[in-house]
Amino acid sequence: MFEEFVQPGATWSHVLKRGTSLRITDTEGGANVCAMFHNWENPTERYNMPDTLKAQHIAHITRGHVLYSDMGRILCSVIADTAGWHDPLSGCSNAALVAQRYGTARYQEHRNEYYKNAYDGFAIELAKYGLSVRDLTATVDFFSKVVVDGSGKMSFVTGHSKPGMHVELRAEMNVLVILNTCQHPLDPNPKYEPKPVRLSVQKVVAPSPDDPCRLSRPENGRGFVLTERYFM
Amino acid sequence: MKNMLIDPVAVRHDAVIPAGEPWIHEIIKGQHFRIIDLEGNQAADTLFFNADDYEDRYSAQDTIRAQGNIYLTTGTKLMSSKGNVLLTIVDDTCGRHDTLGGACATESNMVRYAIEKRHMHACRQSFVKAVLGWGRGLEKRDLPHNINFFMNVPVTPEGCLTFEDGVSGPGKYVEMCAEMNVLAVISNCPQLNNPCNAYNPTPIRVLIWDSTD
Repeated sequence: MFEEFVQPGATWSHVLKRGTSLRITDTEGGANVCAMFHNWENPTERYNMPDTLKAQHIAHITRGHVLYSDMGRILCSVIADTAGWHDPLSGCSNAALVAQRYGTARYQEHRNEYYKNAYDGFAIELAKYGLSVRDLTATVDFFSKVVVDGSGKMSFVTGHSKPGMHVELRAEMNVLVILNTCQHPLDPNPKYEPKPVRLSVQKVVAPSPDDPCRLSRPENGRGFVLTERYFM
Repeated sequence: MKNMLIDPVAVRHDAVIPAGEPWIHEIIKGQHFRIIDLEGNQAADTLFFNADDYEDRYSAQDTIRAQGNIYLTTGTKLMSSKGNVLLTIVDDTCGRHDTLGGACATESNMVRYAIEKRHMHACRQSFVKAVLGWGRGLEKRDLPHNINFFMNVPVTPEGCLTFEDGVSGPGKYVEMCAEMNVLAVISNCPQLNNPCNAYNPTPIRVLIWDSTD
């Protein structure tokens, strides 16, 4: 239907309609896409990190997994993924973190290369839809991998995503997707070097009875039933 | 470990929260806040708000990222969504607390267990009741992901989330010092569908006192 590039550090939003999908491609490798998801018809219903993790017993996201709202419904399904791991744990960067790690670069001197952070990008974009940081809970960091060891320690895996890797999200509801390409907050790279991504939105067929996301867990089968009932 | 005994003159609030009940109370900067697992392995689902700016509230992701560890224990700074320290955990006889498992809700119970479970009481009901009762503009929209004090939810290196037997026990407690004025909200978890409360939700006790440290 359409394609668009998201420049490094920029924020993008779209109401992704049920029956369409969003493919995100890490064109250069090493991208991070920090994203949040709301039910466009009632934005108090939104992506819920704990419900997503505990319904599927996961601490990473890949093909076959779904993103749950706090209302027991599925916002998006992951129908394709060549990166194999996306991080649901670490959240987003903010102004203090970016200033402390990379310093400051203002628009006055740097024009559109000025240093951006994910929290401020989300706050501004939410406001365009009548929402605010009250509506900002957990985010997903696509293309980033953070592993947890037996003591609970979190480690960022450098070089996880390679050029051309992509992930595809099928909208199961009409979903307000807000995302940006700011660096992952645990990325040890000392330089401000966010990467761009390519987005493509296309029509997709409705999930079949043997859809892999539906069958990946009995919980997801019930999640699809509850989502389908919402549209009855 | 500090002395269990607290000067009774300094105590500003002392309450037992039965299972399935909400509790909401302000804690003033510098005050200490202790939650006691009276009978053991009871989930105390807990939220905090900056009492002077409710948009600034507990953030599970910011908290675990700031310390680079998913478990909460002594020394953990409980971070807000705007990057502030709400409280610091100063004592912990349990040793490990969860902030990835979130709260049970009637809707997530339908997904996790069975659609017929919709009627069963859940933490989200208590959280909504607590903040609506408190008023001042707080509503369901404002509920962030919570802390599950006394719960053990490990993550494997392969990226799986597991629910393990509790590491808490009768009388174990966690104690925090408020680094700013905060509004605390607890749902004493009523979950009957999984072993998080050993299928027997029990009371917890909360204490707030003026610190002499």
